[in-house]
Amino acid sequence: MSAHQVEDRGLLRFLTCGSVDDGKSTLIGRLLFDTKTILADTLTAIERTSSKRGLTAVDLSLLTDGLQAEREQGITIDVAYRYFSTGTRKYIIADAPGHEQYTRNMVTAASTANVAIILIDARKGVLTQTRRHSYLAKLVGIPHVVVAVNKMDLVDYDQATYDRIVADYSAFAEQIGLNDVRFIPLSALVGDMIVDRGERLNWYQGPTLIDILEAAPAAHTEKAESFRFPVQYVCRPQASDNPELHDYRGFMGRVESGEIKVGDSVTVLPNGRSSKVKDIQLYGQSIGKAIHEQSVTLLLEDEIDISRGDMIVNSDEVPAQSKQVEAMVCWLSETPLSPARTYWLRHTTREVKAKVASIAHRVDINSLANEGATTLAMNDIAQLTLKLAQPIFADNYTDSRATGAFILIDESSNNTVGAGMIVG
Amino acid sequence: MSTLTKQTLSHLDWLESEAIHIMREVAGQCSNPVLLFSGGKDSICMLRLAEKAFRPGKFPFPLMHIDTGHNYQEVVAFRDKRAAELGERLIVRSVEDSMARGTVVLKHENESRNKHQSVTLLEAIEEFGFDACIGGARRDEEKARAKERIMSFRDEFGQWDPKNQRPELWNLYNARSHKGENIRAFPISNWTEMDVWQYIEREGLELPSIYFAHTRPVVMRQGAIVPVNVPLTNGELTNLPKAGEEIIDLQVRFRTVGDISCTAPVESDADTVEKIVLETATTTITERGATRLDDQTSDASMEQRKKEGYF
Repeated sequence: MSAHQVEDRGLLRFLTCGSVDDGKSTLIGRLLFDTKTILADTLTAIERTSSKRGLTAVDLSLLTDGLQAEREQGITIDVAYRYFSTGTRKYIIADAPGHEQYTRNMVTAASTANVAIILIDARKGVLTQTRRHSYLAKLVGIPHVVVAVNKMDLVDYDQATYDRIVADYSAFAEQIGLNDVRFIPLSALVGDMIVDRGERLNWYQGPTLIDILEAAPAAHTEKAESFRFPVQYVCRPQASDNPELHDYRGFMGRVESGEIKVGDSVTVLPNGRSSKVKDIQLYGQSIGKAIHEQSVTLLLEDEIDISRGDMIVNSDEVPAQSKQVEAMVCWLSETPLSPARTYWLRHTTREVKAKVASIAHRVDINSLANEGATTLAMNDIAQLTLKLAQPIFADNYTDSRATGAFILIDESSNNTVGAGMIVG
Repeated sequence: MSTLTKQTLSHLDWLESEAIHIMREVAGQCSNPVLLFSGGKDSICMLRLAEKAFRPGKFPFPLMHIDTGHNYQEVVAFRDKRAAELGERLIVRSVEDSMARGTVVLKHENESRNKHQSVTLLEAIEEFGFDACIGGARRDEEKARAKERIMSFRDEFGQWDPKNQRPELWNLYNARSHKGENIRAFPISNWTEMDVWQYIEREGLELPSIYFAHTRPVVMRQGAIVPVNVPLTNGELTNLPKAGEEIIDLQVRFRTVGDISCTAPVESDADTVEKIVLETATTTITERGATRLDDQTSDASMEQRKKEGYF
């Protein structure tokens, strides 16, 4: 490792969500700008655009303007990913747009995030939109929420205004069961409390936004999780010139939860046979142990027939095999859900046919009330029961994000049409 | 937030692990994938990732290069050497063959062939019946790429529809396609230029010599450093200077490597990977801003090319 590298605090993925005029793009632009991620030629380009639009100061929100169609319409229509690094930690921002397709985009962006930054306009306080974002953050299981009370410059940096919003939001967070919520007053436009503290918010003693992000745990959960290893690919190099490899059977995949050591007892699903881990390899090296999110190759003591779509789990915590799942589903497609049709359900590396058995209720994400439904349109969220042609090895989404999630695929168009989170 | 810290992967290990996972998903879900390999730095990382994903087995896909016929000799030589060292099959399809077939028609003799690679790529996809092309594009390279999916669907004309992309959630990738359609898979979507260089440094990966500081004849054209009198593999010289241009010998290196007509070097004395990592950390110009003459045409030029089937 070279001398200029400092402590590596890993990688943090976070999501920014806000209503159309909450200043989300400006906040992201500010983060990129103040962490020196924006290079001179990009800055020159946005300076040019800013002055073309008749602005006197550089509009940092232009940094996140993506596709041609968006530039023409002046709105963000799809999730975009941005990158910056502080030297100690690398960040991936999922930038979810705030228009009517919001639910689908936010669920997508939230699915890989560990922190959600929810923006509130200090002049407007907690709105229906804020509640909707918070509900979705909770639904998709984002463990940490940062409520950024933005545009403090427009309320004269007034502490009472901030305190009132904190109290309002806290009451709501408790109601929906969000438990790790942090608050911060800031001005993305001016740059107060993002990377620099500024001088106008001295009554706020807490960390800056970047300090919060630097300190946030990189792991999705601090709980000990059960070992889950969906098999992606089986390596059998029988035809190799090396005779030692003729009996080689490597099971390739990523540790989706928990961890595994050589010698651990494992069970293979669906056949239920047990064995012990003989070796854990990465690029020809035996590594002894593999942790959450690590892609490795497992070798077992016994010869067991294993193929893609099977799952290797620790023998003490075998998940239920079920041909029926209860799930919260967010519908993503313009074509409504049809209870008469069959869909592909992809869960880890396993793909099975699925059909809706019943819809328990749809959630009105503005009022959070449950209502009856016979179908789902785009952006609808509902609890429903699916019947499966073959079993899957599922955990509850709240216990394990990777093995509690699935997508639904339209058989004829091959489009991804639904996102599911298993509740039982 | 909790102060407990569970063991997590370093940022490079995380990115590596994600890329391996994506490559294995392509191999598991698609029946006839191909890995695009140009001999450039990103695709060199891709080969190491493929080794980590599939060794001790063979790669479950061949390598393919779409050669514009205007590539740096050093890069072409490196491409062939690397494929041979790995013992993997390399397919080369050439834009010049498409020109001979009449499917690529240049506007004028000196027009950049870079965008015409799309035609040759689509022809090769059809010839071999590939259902997935794995490429080394990154989201940080360009605005239009920031919204590109990791598994990106292309219709039978190879077109990308940015307004109608498949939602991509968790790490559940949907690489399904009908016959004639295909998937473009981008395992290093989440890498930045800095990550690529740090990975090259950590893995000790060999690179074509033109990535390192060297002296070559150049002219200054519209603020960019343009290499001139560049020898092609057949010995012919390309990028001849225009009348009145002053040729200077400058110490430069390439940050990206592509078609000779549209890739410009930067002034640099970084002659080791370590020095390049340092230089990358302190540069003030973006990778493509400094070096890709084809992206400067208009703000949306990359998006336009991608819609037409470009990588």
